[in-house]
Amino acid sequence: MTLKQYFSNIFTGVKSLATGMKVTGGYFLRHHKEKITEQYPDNRDTLVLAERFRGEVIMTHDDNNEHACTGCTACELACPNGTIKIITKFDLTPEGKKKKALDTFIYHLELCTMCNLCVEACPTSAITMAPTFEHSVFDRSQLIKKLNKPGSKIREGVE
Amino acid sequence: MSFETLANWVHNWLYETLHPTVALLVEFAIVGVLIIGLFAVLGLVLVMMERKVSSWMQLRLGPNRIGPWGWFQTVADTLKLIVKEGMTPNNVDKLLFNMAPMLVIVVSMVIMAPIMFAKGIQIWDINIGVLFVAAVSSLSIIGVLMAGWASNNKYSLLGAMRSGAQIVSYELSAGLSILVIVVLTGSLKMSDIVMAQADGWWLFKGHVPAIIAFVIFIIAATAETNRAPFDLAEAESELTAGFHTEYSGMKFALFFLAEYVNIFVVCAIGATLFLGGWMPFHIGNWEGFNHVMDYIPSSVWFFGKTFLLIFVIMWFRWTFPRLRIDQLLSLEWKYLLPISMFNILLVTIIALAGWHF
Repeated sequence: MTLKQYFSNIFTGVKSLATGMKVTGGYFLRHHKEKITEQYPDNRDTLVLAERFRGEVIMTHDDNNEHACTGCTACELACPNGTIKIITKFDLTPEGKKKKALDTFIYHLELCTMCNLCVEACPTSAITMAPTFEHSVFDRSQLIKKLNKPGSKIREGVE
Repeated sequence: MSFETLANWVHNWLYETLHPTVALLVEFAIVGVLIIGLFAVLGLVLVMMERKVSSWMQLRLGPNRIGPWGWFQTVADTLKLIVKEGMTPNNVDKLLFNMAPMLVIVVSMVIMAPIMFAKGIQIWDINIGVLFVAAVSSLSIIGVLMAGWASNNKYSLLGAMRSGAQIVSYELSAGLSILVIVVLTGSLKMSDIVMAQADGWWLFKGHVPAIIAFVIFIIAATAETNRAPFDLAEAESELTAGFHTEYSGMKFALFFLAEYVNIFVVCAIGATLFLGGWMPFHIGNWEGFNHVMDYIPSSVWFFGKTFLLIFVIMWFRWTFPRLRIDQLLSLEWKYLLPISMFNILLVTIIALAGWHF
């Protein structure tokens, strides 16, 4: 190490330390203006979660209680740990033909890892991830959910 | 009425009414109680300050549940530590294990002796005050080594050995930067050092060498109190908690308290040597300004300066990442020590030639 390097080491060291101290000092001075702490559960009403937050799988229903699930079981096949179980039935179309349709969409929240593969696999965008996270219950059986609402049927035109 | 007159009045009253030996013993007791009280208050205030400063530097809220803005959090923490069981594990060296926290706290208490808290408030105005502080403060490492060895735990021992290497190294540059002020003042006595700064603090009067010495002293003080970025002795991420891994309850609390009291002590020494102790801030011939400054009590000046330095050390802690052991030693032996040796040569020339103000 030459003498020049020695002194430049000291200089760059002090400079980088001063840069770091400027950052934390700046935070200290304006700490009352910006806070990153979320005071959950006090702020439950105003809590803002990111759009991409993955809390649980839900099936979207419109106002007519209609969903877009054709019962194709693509999500069931895509799921790596058997979280989804789809039970299908056969509906009769007006022409008198039999048509495969969704009967029950069973979702095991307790097995789900929120990997989003089922949502990506769905050809009709029938399921999506909901930004909810308060999932604790006292009994495990309450985590087995039926996603299609009672009396719901498939939306017209969704194949 | 200032503290000085109160202290003198108590002193005279005791010696008039009691036998001198008894009076001396009573004074010992009073001073002991005051120091223990100071320790308790310092522990509560400094831990709270650390938590608030750290949270504000990271844009967090910090403790905010107990009392207004969480100010009573440390009181609750202390109560919890007091009622907790102070466990002694099975295969430890029981005598050393239980003695180590006591030794560390006693050392912190003894260093309090020559510190001038305000005008005329000093426990013991010993004529080698600065040397006394430098000598006694290096004893606390024995407590740390004791704790590490007695714990019968590899992490504790590693932490203690690291702490030993660190304190032995940084004692040198701390001592040399203290020596700069001793050379400028020509005395080791605390009261002389403070009086020499009546017309300006050494940081301003001592030219460049005093500023270099101040910076080196702050770095060395951070290292000697085992605080981040020099907290290799604890190194939570590597050694769980270093030398106090096995301690719980009040024994752990004593180590914790000693750490914070040591910060206060080194900052008080730094404030006395470089920032004029209890001396108010004066600017040359500004009579009006100097007069206003004189109205602020000397204890406020002393504690203000000390807490300013404590804030700087906390600022270090919440900004810099921890050094590796080789980086720690190369910083001391390759940079701080040569610089402070050159610095002391420079200041000797300045003092001999009388170039300082």
